[in-house]
Amino acid sequence: MEGSVPAIRMRDITKTFGPTVANDRVKLDIYRGEILALLGENGSGKTTLMNMLSGIYFPDAGQIFVEDKEVSIRSPKDAYDLGIGMIHQHFKLVDVLTAAENIILGMTGKGRLDMKAVDDKIREICSLYGFDVDPKQKIYDMSVSQKQTVEIVKVLYRGAEILILDEPTAVLTPQETDKLFSVLRNMRNDGKAIVIITHKLHEVEEISDRVVVLRRGQNVGDVPTKETNAAEMTNMMVGRSVSLNINRPEPKNQKPRLVVENLTVKDIDGVTKLSDVSFTANSGEILGIAGISGCGQRELLEAIAGLQCVESGSVAYINPETEAKIELIGKDPCAISSMGVALSFVPEDRLGMGLVGNMDLTDNMMLRSYRCGNSPFADRKSPNSLAKRVVCELEVNTPGVSTPVRKLSGGNVQKVLVGREISSAPSVLMTAYAVRGLDINSSYTIYDLINRQKEQGVAVIFVGEDLDVLLELCDRILVLCGGKVSGIVDGRSADKRDVGMMMTKLGGEAGK
Amino acid sequence: MNHKVKEPFVRITKRDSMPVWRGWLTRLIGLVLALIVCAIVIFAMVKLNPLKVYGAMWQGAFGSTKRIWVTTRDTMMLLCIGIGLASAFKMRFWNIGAEGQILVGGIATAACMIYLGGTMPTWLLLVVMFAVSAVAGAVWGVIPAFFKARFGTNETLFTLMMNYVAIQLTSYFVAKWENPFGSNTVGVINQTTKAGWFPAILNQQYLLNVIIVMALTVIVFVYLRSSKQGYEISVVGESERTARYIGINVRRVIIRTMMISGAICGIAGFIAVSGASHTISTSTAGGRGFTAIIVAWLAKFNTFVMILIAALLVFLEKGAMQIASQYNLNDYASQMITGIILFFILGSEFFINYRLVFRGNALREKGGETV
Repeated sequence: MEGSVPAIRMRDITKTFGPTVANDRVKLDIYRGEILALLGENGSGKTTLMNMLSGIYFPDAGQIFVEDKEVSIRSPKDAYDLGIGMIHQHFKLVDVLTAAENIILGMTGKGRLDMKAVDDKIREICSLYGFDVDPKQKIYDMSVSQKQTVEIVKVLYRGAEILILDEPTAVLTPQETDKLFSVLRNMRNDGKAIVIITHKLHEVEEISDRVVVLRRGQNVGDVPTKETNAAEMTNMMVGRSVSLNINRPEPKNQKPRLVVENLTVKDIDGVTKLSDVSFTANSGEILGIAGISGCGQRELLEAIAGLQCVESGSVAYINPETEAKIELIGKDPCAISSMGVALSFVPEDRLGMGLVGNMDLTDNMMLRSYRCGNSPFADRKSPNSLAKRVVCELEVNTPGVSTPVRKLSGGNVQKVLVGREISSAPSVLMTAYAVRGLDINSSYTIYDLINRQKEQGVAVIFVGEDLDVLLELCDRILVLCGGKVSGIVDGRSADKRDVGMMMTKLGGEAGK
Repeated sequence: MNHKVKEPFVRITKRDSMPVWRGWLTRLIGLVLALIVCAIVIFAMVKLNPLKVYGAMWQGAFGSTKRIWVTTRDTMMLLCIGIGLASAFKMRFWNIGAEGQILVGGIATAACMIYLGGTMPTWLLLVVMFAVSAVAGAVWGVIPAFFKARFGTNETLFTLMMNYVAIQLTSYFVAKWENPFGSNTVGVINQTTKAGWFPAILNQQYLLNVIIVMALTVIVFVYLRSSKQGYEISVVGESERTARYIGINVRRVIIRTMMISGAICGIAGFIAVSGASHTISTSTAGGRGFTAIIVAWLAKFNTFVMILIAALLVFLEKGAMQIASQYNLNDYASQMITGIILFFILGSEFFINYRLVFRGNALREKGGETV
């Protein structure tokens, strides 16, 4: 690549949102025939920078050159015209249309629409790079990985030469990730320029040729991947050296705390979301729950928390002191807590369910405690001191306890939520995607908090999506596949590939 | 391929936040701009001195002790409805049925005046009318709330439809209580005995209106801000899923809140009939149920800020009426002034939340006022 002209040169790109500087005089070159990894913690400005290439944002200052000509990209259409295509983290597909219809959606053409020619062209693209897409398949019939493939084919169909993928592996199983990486390599070899945004170091090492690290909106490193290593990249990302090992204390004094038997849940349309799920969560251990997203994880936790109507089955809570069994099914969250069941739940949707975005820290702490006492007036004093304690103990970065939580960054929002949930000294703690979207530092803070709860004898149920994390943190892992229990494995001895197989097929290897 | 294209001329970006004083400064600038635009419109259309026209508006609202009291009375009425709507809106329940709730409250009051007038002392009659009108308004509010909570019906359409039912109901009672026969109006109820009329306090006929509404202002302010139920209202309004997650019975909160909202609007009907017009007609609410929506929203449900907004709107209305008669303008000219002023006040909210970035100014515009 020495001496060749970059496909894209970005020079001194600056973008601000109110007082926040998302990108600060960033310089970036993208070459053909190369896979560039854009690495950085959350909020470091990776997506913002790429959104300016794809025409979603307009830079406040700076220049963009495509093939050495200065351009101004004002809309996604401008970006397509320049051969730049971006695959966003959240897919933008119409569910009821077929793959081919989605691919040509919004394109202009002359006169009659020749669907057959479209299908042929799609097949041609697929065979060239090794995609597996049926142009006639409807989007709602597709898995997440198939939808992602459609998105990639969509930008290729429009003639994109420069592809930007925003955290493409976040939703994929290890096997699907391998498949994606092999088509990315094919595209690279075909001379396309590829940028993948990620915060997973092992993926950077596996796929990229060059890595650019962003920290607080600035380009802090631009090195060939071969010449660096995980520790060095972490240092660049975080700005200081951090240990990358997750603690896993040995479980002590395990006793059954939550016994789930034959739980079956259907959604309002009558679709079975959970079928015949049985397991036991023990005190003093972390039970991980793995599975492709949407395999019943949410329904499982919500059924236990009393938020989901249950078709059949039982969830029994065993009181740690009296050892009495308490049935939770058919009770709402209010009734569950009034029976003295110390159940804490950190839901997936932090601002839409766990917290109220427009309320300040104090009022969010109040959510759990406002009912206390007989006075018609709500007590704001103790939630206020709880908020201050959480801010202080969990090092929440906030201007004060009267700041609306939606103004905090993702990691701080999660600290507020977890802080509130563990403040009630739970005996069962359920967390759903507790570190999703969090930077390395915040993630490790959350792992530490969860481990501390485990050591205090809490039964922790940890729903996660990153298999590496699940395998490092959990004592046992329950694998869900299509709403059924595919198996329960030991966290210390399980193999990542096997768990990946179990996620896609009931029973994994054995089910073949 | 379009190579060198220009940066867009103007872009809209969201502001992070604005200090409170600058928010009020922006609103003030909006008001001043509105007055300037109105002045231009007035001069261009009718060739009058705008300053004189504004002077006449002031005269219309505050020109004499009587006018001041009428302006105050109407402000209190608008404020009362706004307070009623605030709790529903805070719960994101689009109650646009205040008109109907006022009317049924008014019917209940008129019925008490007609059938109970003279049978009991004034203070007791007032208490009874207060209670009955509140219950009537509450019932009118709970019906759409029940269907929303139980079956997920659209409350906007439902409350709007309830207005028409209330108007028809009013027509029915107007026909029933017609006095004198054939006039198709109820006339002034109990004109001679004044039974059920608000008594003059300290020689001021409308002081009781002020007392009742001010009491409600304080009570609702405290209720929304400090009570447990008020807290539940905010949580349900912000996010029903969060409310369910922490075990709030969302249905119960919706019904309870609409009961309160409807009851206060019913009390507004009581004040309108017993404390002001002493009669009932289909125009007793007179569109104030809709105007009060602006009052509630502009004040962001702070009942004390609502006093200001309600006073401004009533001032505009009174002033507009005055210039219409003094300068022989028709009603539409004065309504245009009101419209222009409201447009600018609402428009200033846009500039409080967003700012415009002009081409080439992208980096320099830090902190610049962009009205």
